[in-house]
Amino acid sequence: MMTKFLSRNRHTVQRLGFIAITMVVIVTIIPIIGTIVFILVKGGSAISLEFLSGFPHDGMRAGGILPAIIGTLYLTLGTAVFSVPLGIAAAIYLSEYAKDNQVTRLIRLAIINLAGIPSVVYGLFGLGLFVLFLKFGTSILAASLTLSIMTLPVIISTAEEALRAVPQSFRTVSISLGATRWQTISRIILKEALPGILTGVILGLERAAGETAPILFTGAAFFLPRLPHSVFDATMALPYHLFVISTQVPEMPIQIQYGTALVLLVFVLTMNVIATVIRSRARARRQW
Amino acid sequence: MEKSLSWREFIITRLIQASGYSAILFVGLIFFFLLREGLPALSEVDASSLLNIRWYPLESHVGILPLISGSLVVTLGAALIAVPFGIGTAVYISEIAPRWMREILKPLVELLGGLPSVVLGFLGILVLAPFLRVFLNLPTGLTALTGSLLLGGIAVPTVVSVAEDALDSVPRAYREGAWALGATKWQTIWRVTLPAAKSGVLTAVMLGVGRAIGETMTVMMVTGNAPVLATGLGSLFSPVRTMTATIAAEMGEVANGSTHYHVLFFIGMVLFIISLVVNIIASSVVFRAKKRAERILS
Repeated sequence: MMTKFLSRNRHTVQRLGFIAITMVVIVTIIPIIGTIVFILVKGGSAISLEFLSGFPHDGMRAGGILPAIIGTLYLTLGTAVFSVPLGIAAAIYLSEYAKDNQVTRLIRLAIINLAGIPSVVYGLFGLGLFVLFLKFGTSILAASLTLSIMTLPVIISTAEEALRAVPQSFRTVSISLGATRWQTISRIILKEALPGILTGVILGLERAAGETAPILFTGAAFFLPRLPHSVFDATMALPYHLFVISTQVPEMPIQIQYGTALVLLVFVLTMNVIATVIRSRARARRQW
Repeated sequence: MEKSLSWREFIITRLIQASGYSAILFVGLIFFFLLREGLPALSEVDASSLLNIRWYPLESHVGILPLISGSLVVTLGAALIAVPFGIGTAVYISEIAPRWMREILKPLVELLGGLPSVVLGFLGILVLAPFLRVFLNLPTGLTALTGSLLLGGIAVPTVVSVAEDALDSVPRAYREGAWALGATKWQTIWRVTLPAAKSGVLTAVMLGVGRAIGETMTVMMVTGNAPVLATGLGSLFSPVRTMTATIAAEMGEVANGSTHYHVLFFIGMVLFIISLVVNIIASSVVFRAKKRAERILS
């Protein structure tokens, strides 16, 4: 009786279930698209040449956001300088050299933990080590180093994944032709894994570019009416600037807020799209 | 030439090895500096005042209980949102959606993961908070609930990608077996695939919660920042202040080396230990670790 009941209704149950889960997905997706479209529409009218290339004035209530744009570019590049070579080298170690032993497991655990540490704790660490202990001051250097360590786990794990995807036969053939291990890695493996590594690097830098908490006490300037002169200067940055003008400055024109959000969003989304395109094109072109 | 080649090889190998070990070094350094700046708090104020229910550092009230309870309320609310929506989306992507739909949905969810938290906080202030204030007839829209809703969204991509990976790694034969026995797709999902991926889904939930508890900018912008001890469900509709928001809001204004400064580092230490515990437990849950690691992070 029971089984009969179930078997007759289970297709109805399935239909209802599928409807319910589709609703869940729609409710998840709509805010994502909504957020992006909303900012694009609202911020679009604020964008002008003056806004993108001018300096803020009247207590940031007028003018442009050039120092924040340039600052975010500097911080992203600074992060890349430290985290890209270190991250790729660490990935090469894990994929090509490391044996499966306790130390390697400890390294993996450390990477997972680095990925989970709250961004504001990175800020505290950067303040303690780079700003105060090493006396770099609140500077582009200290902020970039802090962001680098935060970005490292993303780069290491995606690069390792890409390196491991290169078939073992490539290594065997290269070594059998007389190449050393490093020659094999630098001329064969890295070349094959490049798109995957690039995807990881861009996704990591995208996160660094959008972060605020790690740079709050390590390098972000509330207001700086000029461009930074050296790596020991503090700098304005887009995410921090958006935070400042949306919470700290009274009577801030809404247009400038939306415009700043739009520029930050476009900055980050462009990186995201580039990474996605590189990945899918590499997948399509892969011959092994 | 032979000799110089082998020397180069040797040096490069050592450099690469050192880079690999650097991850351990960094975790160690972070912990060391948190201890170095945070532990003095314990000698400057006694434990009972740290466990007090008043946070008002200007008058030396540095009880961190309201901050811990604030973090818990907001995170719990976020989990209540992220778990059903995250797992639901993961099930849909992995088990139900046609291929083309999957190709659209996965990058979209990743996109959500890439949105800067300050942008979400900004929209929270301008759109979500006013809406909630009117809709729920509250005195202010900057409440724990506002934070929970946005944090839930922030945690969703983590839950989706880890859970989807876990579902993907369930062998196809399990599903085929269930179908062959006459189960519908729906029955297969609930009684075979999800139970088989249980540990991975659990990992997904834990990492999502870990992501939520550590989020800073969004909660600082939308939760109202009132350090009041949360006592029950009602706290969800009033302003709260989390541990992360406290550090971010106050660290810029304290004198280096003051008690307040040390207490803020102490809170950072507590956050670090929470994330360490969450991640160690999550990563020790046995299931194919290799592919997962990438998902956790990206």
